[in-house]
Amino acid sequence: MKIEEEFEDMERGKLKPESNFRDFFEWNSINALIIIALVDTEYGVTINAEDIRTSKTVSDLFQTILNKQK
Amino acid sequence: MPLFSIPDIKLCGMAAAVPEFEYNNNNYDWVPDSERKLLIKTIGVEKRRIAQKGTATSDLCFVAAEKLIEELHWDKNEIQALILVSQTFDYQIPSTAIIMQDRMGLPKSCIAFDINLGCSGFVYGLSVIGSIMKTAGIKKAILLTGDVSTLNASYQDKSVYPLFGDAGTATALELSPGAPSMHFHLNSDGSGHKAIYVQDGGMRNFVNPESLIQEKIAEGIIRSRIQISLNGYEVFQFSLREVAPNVNALMAYQNKTVDDFDFFIFHQANLLMNETIRKKIKIPSEKYPYSINKYGNTSSASVPLTIISELKEQVTKERKLLLVSGFGVGLSWGSAIIETDKIICPDIITYHG
Repeated sequence: MKIEEEFEDMERGKLKPESNFRDFFEWNSINALIIIALVDTEYGVTINAEDIRTSKTVSDLFQTILNKQK
Repeated sequence: MPLFSIPDIKLCGMAAAVPEFEYNNNNYDWVPDSERKLLIKTIGVEKRRIAQKGTATSDLCFVAAEKLIEELHWDKNEIQALILVSQTFDYQIPSTAIIMQDRMGLPKSCIAFDINLGCSGFVYGLSVIGSIMKTAGIKKAILLTGDVSTLNASYQDKSVYPLFGDAGTATALELSPGAPSMHFHLNSDGSGHKAIYVQDGGMRNFVNPESLIQEKIAEGIIRSRIQISLNGYEVFQFSLREVAPNVNALMAYQNKTVDDFDFFIFHQANLLMNETIRKKIKIPSEKYPYSINKYGNTSSASVPLTIISELKEQVTKERKLLLVSGFGVGLSWGSAIIETDKIICPDIITYHG
């Protein structure tokens, strides 16, 4: 999972689709930008701050990405 | 659009000056340790140069220009155009470039004026000065770019303070029939004008006693209305959306691909954003130099500063095909294709002031 590679402090293999990603690393604006950059590079779509704010779990975020890819 | 070309303009050399005082972001105690480390790693700025109060952009540009003219052995009387691109001018009135015409000892026959642009400024400035030279038949001209952004950044604003560095540059251009054309692709989007913004101090919101009050905007962000504000999300999204298509269209306009270029010198905005853009355009790392770790985001100085800091050996000894790009405040963005042929490039000058 690419998200785990981006965040050094995270334990590997713990982040699951149903995980609330805010539980896994300290949530701040820098980490939000890192997620936006990662999604852009991996999926070619640009999510915004609002998309992250309204997503709780990894799978919420993934659904947002899929919707934007359509 | 607009995509266009300017023929017969030769880039002869560039020089840059930075203030002596170096600030290390590891000492930025406004944010907690863990956040500071993440901040430095993400924006890619460890050190940067900070101007002392009273030092203006024009002071840095002045020493850069003097050194460059000396090394080029130019006769100042032949310099017929001087343009300063900045957002941190000496005075509200008049144009700083005009003051510089006198200070540099340039003739009265010299055109001199300012352009108010930041991150995209070097690219825009080249297009303006090149166009004037070509149209008016001006043989020699100097483009100055730079900012002392740190002077109106709030220490208590983590979204701004660690990012910017100060620098001034000078680029020398000559009308030279047969020189390879410079190609440009320039864009604007004023709907994002508040993304990077100083609220008070212009005519819209004239400076008043309230302009000086330090206000808490968010956690870790306290600033006054005459200090720079920066909406990181908005700038980030704008850059991811616009820069790659702009650059790709410029390459297509000249039937070129990434492989054709020796180097891509992009505005040093922040490391995460620059890397994401690099991956979108599929530029190999070795063609994409960074100076941001040493100098921070230096606004319109970043492109020439990066060339001098990172590519001096290459550009002074061989012919190189460069793609340069600037993007940010405005919102304004643009890219240019420039062919350089053994340019004059003095070492970065330290300004003691």
